[in-house]
Amino acid sequence: MLPLPRDTLARRVGRRLADWAPALGVFVLGIAAWELGVRGLGVQRFLLPPLSEILRTTWEQRDTLWSAGWFTFQEALGGYVIGCGAAVVAALALARWRPLGRALMPYAIAANAVPIIAFAPITNNWFGVLNMESKMAIAAVICFFPVLVNTLRGLTSVRPASIELMRSYAAGELEIFRRVRIPTSLPFLFSGLKVATVLAMIGAIVGDYFGGSQSSLGIQIRRSAGIFNFQTAWAAILVASVIGILFYASVALAERVTMRYFPSARGRVD
Amino acid sequence: MSPEPVVSLRQVSKEFGQGGVVALQDIDLELAPGEFVSLIGPSGCGKSTLLRIIGDLIEPTRGDVVVNGKPAHQARLDRDYGIVFQDAVLFDWRTVAKNISLPLEMMGWNRGKRAERVREMLDLVELTGFGDHHPWQLSGGMQQRVAIARALAFHPPLLLMDEPFGALDEMTRERLNLELLRIWEASGSTVVFVTHSIAEAVFLSTRVVVMSPRPGRIAGIVDIDLPQPRGIETREQPRFAELVRDVRRRLRAGGGFEQEGDTLEEELIVAEEGL
Repeated sequence: MLPLPRDTLARRVGRRLADWAPALGVFVLGIAAWELGVRGLGVQRFLLPPLSEILRTTWEQRDTLWSAGWFTFQEALGGYVIGCGAAVVAALALARWRPLGRALMPYAIAANAVPIIAFAPITNNWFGVLNMESKMAIAAVICFFPVLVNTLRGLTSVRPASIELMRSYAAGELEIFRRVRIPTSLPFLFSGLKVATVLAMIGAIVGDYFGGSQSSLGIQIRRSAGIFNFQTAWAAILVASVIGILFYASVALAERVTMRYFPSARGRVD
Repeated sequence: MSPEPVVSLRQVSKEFGQGGVVALQDIDLELAPGEFVSLIGPSGCGKSTLLRIIGDLIEPTRGDVVVNGKPAHQARLDRDYGIVFQDAVLFDWRTVAKNISLPLEMMGWNRGKRAERVREMLDLVELTGFGDHHPWQLSGGMQQRVAIARALAFHPPLLLMDEPFGALDEMTRERLNLELLRIWEASGSTVVFVTHSIAEAVFLSTRVVVMSPRPGRIAGIVDIDLPQPRGIETREQPRFAELVRDVRRRLRAGGGFEQEGDTLEEELIVAEEGL
């Protein structure tokens, strides 16, 4: 028997392009439809401006918008790191001490279903309306539960035979965690971490809506919309979207790099 | 003086739960070094439980389990056995080579020694050149060979196998049966092999332990006096057919199954279709 042949780079690139072609087509068509539709049907500017004008506004106000975007991203990222970090630590503890996990899990799952964003005015009150910390707090709490629930599911979804195998090597609980449970939990952890990027951005921006620093993106959007400057509001939303997508994509990239040897990440070589 | 047994079970019983479902009752069994012993019996006869008791993965309710001259618990801590399950239980994030070297890592072997042993094991299971692949790139039969290589990597005196070929197709299974015999001869390990297949048990073993269910007991032991080394022609010998018949009779006498057939699985299918 010979080792299986490796895929050539050229073939991989070709297949990747073919995979992306339909999505790319939809993107181009969508933009064209927006631009031409708004202009052709004569839609009022304050209802929906053409994309080209949003882009122009974004460019003209790039300094304010990007600094606001950076400010809000820091709020989101701070909350994300705190929330996800705490969730991973909590998941490890609950997986290690199962009775604790069984006692607390129902509450974690219930909390996961609570619209935590509703607490934003409360955290603003607790940590200070103008502070970044109040937005980080809401982002952290929003991120916490899905990451906790996912990670814990991953840590406990190890096949019993894997545990038996490790015990046959006289492995202790710690070694089973390090060599089996944690690697097994990675796909679950990352799906939680990806969802959390979106939640953290929502937490930070909506937290801003309920009152925040003048230099935040949420306040920019609210204020512009309040004075019927919808072009700027749209531009700020565009900036928020770009930051959100980049945030998500960077975690997705980290996932791909970390999990390149998992069967779900790459197809089976037949 | 006869050599010290590798496995010695005395009056071993296992009950599950407070209600006391008796999985195993008063099992006495000794395995001499170099033996290949199959445990065969219908579902619920406790053969897999018995295997796990030998490996100290399940504690018996009563009785003594001595492995390599020491209590089973100590033998596990000393890594006196390797184990293979029905599933290969390979870790997807590790390469084939790193899967095989996992027990060696845990035993603190250095990199050079590990690499040398892994190469040796890959040759033994005829997977030379596959060390850098990941398990999910291999077929089921190849995965199971990796699992065998991993179990034998640290040269344990005892190899425990829990229906290792049960999930494979018939042709792969027969090929791996031949390979296992070759590996067994090369390694000199003692093997405890749990199976559902009468033909497989007779073909591989030096002794077949026939078990009966509810409660799990030893219904009889059949010495397999087929000449070694065995090969494809072994299955065609009249003696092979006799031994298969003998094992089947004992299974039936123990309440294993009621109808004629080659393997218990077939019997179970027949029984299910009848419902």
